[in-house]
Amino acid sequence: MTTENQVDRDQIAMKLTKRRRPGERVVRGFLYFCGALTIATTIGILYELGTESFLFFQDDRVGVVEFLTDTFWQPQVGRFGIAPLILGTFYITAIAMVVAAPIGLLAAIYLSEYASERVRGFFKPVLEILVGIPTVVFGFFALTFMTPLLRGIFGTSVVNFFNVASAGIVVGLLIIPLISSLAEDALRAVPDSLRQAAYALGASKFEVSTRIVVPAALSGIAAGFVVAMSRAVGETMVVTLASGASPRNFEPGVDPLFGHILNPFEGAQAMTGYVAITASGDIAYNTIDYNSIFAIGLTLFIITFALNSLSRRFVKRFRQEYE
Amino acid sequence: MSISAPERPVREYFPTADEYQGLLDRRTRRSRLFEMACLVALMIAVIALATLLYTIINDSFGLVAVVNERDPEAIVSDLGYDPATVELVDAEFDELVGLLETTVASGVGRRLEREQRFYEDRLVFESDEVWDEICSSDAPPGGCTAGPRDHANLYALVVERVVVQDVIAAYDLVPSLVNPEAFDAEIAAGIEAGRFGDYTADQIEVEWRAWFNLSFIRSPQSATPEVAGIRTAILGSAWLVLITVVFAVPVGVGAAIYLVEYAKPTRLNSFIQTNINNLAGVPSIIYGMLGLAVLVRIFEPFTSGAIFTTGVPPAENGRTVLSAGLTLGLLTLPVVIISAQEALRAVPDSLRHAGLALGATRWQTVRSQILPVALPGILTGTILAMARAIGETAPLILVGAASFITSDPTGPFSKFTALPIQIFQWTSFPQVEFQKLAAAASIALLLLLLTLNAAAVILRNKYSRRA
Repeated sequence: MTTENQVDRDQIAMKLTKRRRPGERVVRGFLYFCGALTIATTIGILYELGTESFLFFQDDRVGVVEFLTDTFWQPQVGRFGIAPLILGTFYITAIAMVVAAPIGLLAAIYLSEYASERVRGFFKPVLEILVGIPTVVFGFFALTFMTPLLRGIFGTSVVNFFNVASAGIVVGLLIIPLISSLAEDALRAVPDSLRQAAYALGASKFEVSTRIVVPAALSGIAAGFVVAMSRAVGETMVVTLASGASPRNFEPGVDPLFGHILNPFEGAQAMTGYVAITASGDIAYNTIDYNSIFAIGLTLFIITFALNSLSRRFVKRFRQEYE
Repeated sequence: MSISAPERPVREYFPTADEYQGLLDRRTRRSRLFEMACLVALMIAVIALATLLYTIINDSFGLVAVVNERDPEAIVSDLGYDPATVELVDAEFDELVGLLETTVASGVGRRLEREQRFYEDRLVFESDEVWDEICSSDAPPGGCTAGPRDHANLYALVVERVVVQDVIAAYDLVPSLVNPEAFDAEIAAGIEAGRFGDYTADQIEVEWRAWFNLSFIRSPQSATPEVAGIRTAILGSAWLVLITVVFAVPVGVGAAIYLVEYAKPTRLNSFIQTNINNLAGVPSIIYGMLGLAVLVRIFEPFTSGAIFTTGVPPAENGRTVLSAGLTLGLLTLPVVIISAQEALRAVPDSLRHAGLALGATRWQTVRSQILPVALPGILTGTILAMARAIGETAPLILVGAASFITSDPTGPFSKFTALPIQIFQWTSFPQVEFQKLAAAASIALLLLLLTLNAAAVILRNKYSRRA
């Protein structure tokens, strides 16, 4: 009797001990590997940008100081100053922001504060479609619509075929939906009690929107602006197609500021544009051209990384305020 | 003590009724103006979209002035058909080959045959001995291995070589509809000014042309805009999406499951999460550089297919569909992960607890309880990520898709071109015909994206009803 009980108990104990499941471990291992692969991607990006840039700066024709300070980008004669390319990138980004920031913000205010559900139901899909259109199609649009339009308005002698203004405006159109959707999220996150309180004090809708809701959502809106800027800096196709393939080299103090350096109707190659043009076709490895695109890529990566970190900081502050 | 009236009249502190009304009106007016401004801003976005679509459609159709060296109708009647009912494109394969045989120089014919042969079982221009000789040489041309030309390809050749159609001027859709006479006048002025070389008014025919049509979709790429098509590019894009999906979906969903269901809040795991958010903000051109330096260059033996064959590799370097597809896979990975994470997080915890309480292991719970519920969300996110991958251009330029390719991709180790690359190339050519082709290819790309987005919506609706 006792022995039989003993056997039963042993069997039950055996069943209750945790069964070893090698399959579980394999699955877990695979899932972990998938997650780790994203870190490998980052390491890959940093490694490849770092080593090739290092090779670039090893070249006799290139110096780090010259790279950062020279205002000529002429690889043919061995002058590698990144300033003209940065000028192109930031000029286009600035025009894009001038176009997109007010339009995007006002559109967001309308969607969040004024629009009825039906109106939203019409405009939101339009903005989503605009986000989904490939940038190369926007590039085509810049060349076949925006550039002729500008040349029609200001005259073909003033506006070059490749120009910064056309590229900047079209990049602006491209980032409007980005700004409006992020800003709208921020505006909608502002608690209704704030609006109610202001209305109770007799404020008009305009005063509630501009003096209560927008200031309250400011860090969220700023985050949207910064993300849009980062997107404009990294934008490639519109810039490559519409703003030309020659860097805007300039002699500081000699060239006129608005006649040349900041002339919106002249072309200026951007960083992304240089990379795309140089890399198209079969580029030979270990040439200075090949290495130079990585040095520019590294600069681009640092700029966009800084902008994205900044926007995350804004978002964090915004969350602390309302969550 | 009595209450004395204030020393100053009340109206210095409070507005009179009229002033009050004026202030109120001003505030109301300002409020209304502001609302209008906001609405205008929103309308600008709508107008931008409308103008973009208008530009593309306007450029894809319209009147063209063409010069045919030989009239297609005459060719059709020479072949013994009635030109009123039969068009050249309807002619038999053998008849089209016959046209080429009688028209092109034998040297050109031999070159065309070496590019791609006309029949599987016999040669038209080349003799069997020479053919065997060149095919056994060290660098055999494409015609030795590729399959024979199909009808669309042959027809394009006939138009290019026999009809020799040359589009000398093209008009946009709207002016063609509104004011077609202006185009005729423009042509006449062009002839007058000698802009069309030696062509006389009799030779120039004005006709309607839809640049976006079936033969445009079915024809391979060509340097001659009159016959160029996007089949090569569509197939290239299809291969790219296939490879992207096969790579990014399992890995992306796997990473999302790990982060949502398994990962404890350690520093490493939160670093992975931050890193994914960072990767989502990296410009696509930098992924292109990653693809170029790592996939194309370092992994060349793998991505060119060299380690899978003993003889000559299918591609001489790593600039293949596989490299590009994997690059796009890495690019879309953060998007897939983030959307899959959102879908998994939306699954109520009660399901997890119920599964685990019944003694199921974590993976059993995930597989049979959580994944089915999260599937519609994951699928939608995946399709939207694919839509993004289809439209990406910059990374493809970097990994080497920009070269001129006329043959269809045949496998992961083929050289390739893709729809956005075609649009980019054609847009950057100055001739007006190429602008038209770029517009037509844009229509194709947008239709493809529309289909994908519609599929996402349908899938979401179907599954959410079942759940």
